[in-house]
Amino acid sequence: MRDSQGTSGLILNEPLLWKKGSKGRSGFSMPRRDVVPSPVAEGITGDGPDFPDLSELDVVRHYTRLSQWNFGLDTGMYPLGSCTMKYNPKINEKQATLPGLTGAHPLLPAELSQGALKLMYRLERYLAEITGMDAVTLQPAAGAHGELTGMLIVHAYHKNAGSRRSKIIVPDTAHGTNPASAALCGFSSVPVQSDEKGIISPEVVAGVMDEDTAGIMITNPNTLGLFEENIREIARIVHAKGGLVYGDGANMNAVMGIMQMGKIGFDVMHLNLHKTFSTPHGGGGPGGGPVCVKDFLAPFLPVPRVVYGEGTYHLSENFSQSIGRLHAFHGNFGVMIKAFCYIMSMGGEGLKQASRLAVLNANYIKESLKESLHLPYDRACMHECVFSDKLQETQKVTTLDMAKRLIDYGFHPPTIYFPLVVHGAMMIEPTETESKEDIDRFIEALRAIVAEARENPELLKSAPCRPKVRRLDETAAARKPCLAG
Amino acid sequence: MRYLPHTEEDIASMLRSVGAEHMDDLFSVIPPDCRMGKALDLPDALTEWELNTLVEALAETMAVSPKYKIFMGAGSYDHYIPESVSYLLGRSEFSTAYTPYQPEISQGTLQAVYEYQTLTSRLLGMEVANASMYDGASALAEALLMAIRITKRKRVALSRLVHPHYRAVVETYLRPGGYEIVELPCLEDGRTDILGLPGMDDLAAVAIQSPNFFGCIEDLTEASKSIREAGAFFVTSFTEPLAYGLFKNPGCQGADIVCGEGQSLGIPRSFGGPGLGMFACRIKHVRSMPGRLVGKTNDREGRPGFVLTLATREQHIRREKANSNICTNSSLCALASAMYMASLGGTGIRELACLNYDKAEYLKRGLREAGCTVTFDSPTFNEFVVTFPKKLKYTYKKLLKQHIVAGVPLSTWYPELVDHTLLCVTETMGREDMDALIREMEL
Repeated sequence: MRDSQGTSGLILNEPLLWKKGSKGRSGFSMPRRDVVPSPVAEGITGDGPDFPDLSELDVVRHYTRLSQWNFGLDTGMYPLGSCTMKYNPKINEKQATLPGLTGAHPLLPAELSQGALKLMYRLERYLAEITGMDAVTLQPAAGAHGELTGMLIVHAYHKNAGSRRSKIIVPDTAHGTNPASAALCGFSSVPVQSDEKGIISPEVVAGVMDEDTAGIMITNPNTLGLFEENIREIARIVHAKGGLVYGDGANMNAVMGIMQMGKIGFDVMHLNLHKTFSTPHGGGGPGGGPVCVKDFLAPFLPVPRVVYGEGTYHLSENFSQSIGRLHAFHGNFGVMIKAFCYIMSMGGEGLKQASRLAVLNANYIKESLKESLHLPYDRACMHECVFSDKLQETQKVTTLDMAKRLIDYGFHPPTIYFPLVVHGAMMIEPTETESKEDIDRFIEALRAIVAEARENPELLKSAPCRPKVRRLDETAAARKPCLAG
Repeated sequence: MRYLPHTEEDIASMLRSVGAEHMDDLFSVIPPDCRMGKALDLPDALTEWELNTLVEALAETMAVSPKYKIFMGAGSYDHYIPESVSYLLGRSEFSTAYTPYQPEISQGTLQAVYEYQTLTSRLLGMEVANASMYDGASALAEALLMAIRITKRKRVALSRLVHPHYRAVVETYLRPGGYEIVELPCLEDGRTDILGLPGMDDLAAVAIQSPNFFGCIEDLTEASKSIREAGAFFVTSFTEPLAYGLFKNPGCQGADIVCGEGQSLGIPRSFGGPGLGMFACRIKHVRSMPGRLVGKTNDREGRPGFVLTLATREQHIRREKANSNICTNSSLCALASAMYMASLGGTGIRELACLNYDKAEYLKRGLREAGCTVTFDSPTFNEFVVTFPKKLKYTYKKLLKQHIVAGVPLSTWYPELVDHTLLCVTETMGREDMDALIREMEL
């Protein structure tokens, strides 16, 4: 590949914060002192933290240089499977910084916060429509927080029904966080394997589902990017034994306007606002993990809930069966604003088109690369497809090597070594916001890498060579942790 | 739609490549009885300009400064945020990146989080801090779960002066596991009564917040002695970390785990979220700690760099045996707080903390002179409990008409504190605004 996107520009080295600055400098405009100093009781004052003193420009250069060592979605294609790294619209960022919204105290009386409450109420209604569910909480701060909320609801539902259940079924194609979330509610995970088509068969679920099992956690489409075709039958089996069906909606981007989880057997599910609904991931949060439920589970939703009546919105804690509170206030409101703006900008037809294009992009990549890379499940995929490094085994080139080499070509690597059901998995999710040209360039880069694996495998094993640092010694980092300077 | 780049020609050519005739053929694997038979019932798409109008209208209904003078704290504080912090945080290399799983192209986030961990450790007087939790409430719940894991005991004691919402979140997290929560009562001076501690056996942890919900500074050193004798973990919580610019930090007073909310440090209130869960502990317990950690290492050419480390504690590796299920956390807010701490510096945080203290003391004095009662004698930071000369309901309403929000009434959580309100001032409250509030008391 002659015209690789990846190149090297001038980036600058930058020391750690505390190696800069000089005592007495300041990067903060200290407010005018308009009151006299007051005495402080003896023995309770401390020395204050040992922070470096920096000027405003010191701080600005420091973080500008650091930012230049990062690859963001605005830099280039970020095909991380099951993470839905789609474009984060800039106008939504602006809305979330309007002074009326950023400056709002969370405990303001309802009559002084109608706009925020209305926005939350409407966002809940829209998410209910998109998922085909009846009631929604926006409180969970991320996907795993939403999973925990969902599991707490499952737990509370069974407890309320007077039944103690200790197990939960988690397929091998579900998200990695699922078992840990379930464990917090005292459920032990019962793993079930997907079949040769990469989906769950009703028979394996019937084989493990019993009256000590609280339910099943299903990611649909699953982490192989495949639609769980037997979902209705699986739900019937689980429901017949009194269990609930939990949906991990992390892959919702494939099915907006195509399928409603609430209409095909799911009782409770979470969404990721920082995936499907375009809010930026922030290098690891903050996100948003709303939970949507069917009517019969609504009494268990966390409090406070946004309630509308007599022309006004207010927050109510008056739900005696609620699982309680999950967040110090009402959740990540700043993230909710952006998701609300996204839905308002897309409309129903726009969301459906986004899902169609996300699926088209993934299938296009799958078809274009299946001659070059091993495709363990050669069937129509949803929004992501999973390859493996099987064809490169003879060259002793691994998924990791190919992923690292992609960096040199100017792409963020896909999700690798997940899902665990595929040995050496490479999970590619392009999302709908990548254009055909960009996807073609990505395909061309991967083909070039596959050729390099044959001709010059060392190149891949030593990749990447263009970023600021080469492969890092993670073993040493874990053996002798250095976690603060 | 401007976010969808595909032209009709692109779509036609891509469909040909995948062997489909129509877009809907792509979904043929979805059984017909699982497909939606109708269009989504959502409002029509708005243009960028229509969206501006809509959201501005919603924002305009909110009571915010400068039109309103808001004397509210209670876990969410109004502090000035330098424009340089907001500007840097907006750099999309930071904001549009994912979790730094590929360290070679994430060194910016990784070094910044490493620096955040360091500044946080220094601020709290601890040895190690993680990359962040969702917020102060979930951080406290996770701290208690950590102590339960290490001690293998099933009982925790929680001060009644820990933020009531934090206590509620702790209950939500701990209830399904069958853990017992004991409440430590409040002394007359507004601090936690730890006298009952020696009688409580088999405690995994004791949690005390300082400054506590009433703004009072707790005597953590004293508490740590009794807690140590009980063999329990000493967990301290906070909602206003700026206080440690002036007061002793929890680490030097014997805390084992320090956790709380970092919103004060450069993050807008945003109606309560996103916030920043700060979490720190002793290095000997690091392998039991929840959340992500960034560590320093070298690349294959010997150059220093940073990676996510000790991942074997985490959910994606250890599955149900993980220390926590947390994955996405509050990384960008951690960056905001690091930028803010760096902008203030050691000198600045001291000066700003003193100014906050002095403002609250000024208001306290003025209100006392105007006939109000300050309920608790203990030293406070930023906020304090007060009763007005007249009924709270009456005064609160009267002040609201003048666009003054007279704090957070406490009887919702503390039924015995009828007519008590929790008032808060920070550096953003001018003397004339405090004088206006004081004058109203005399009318």
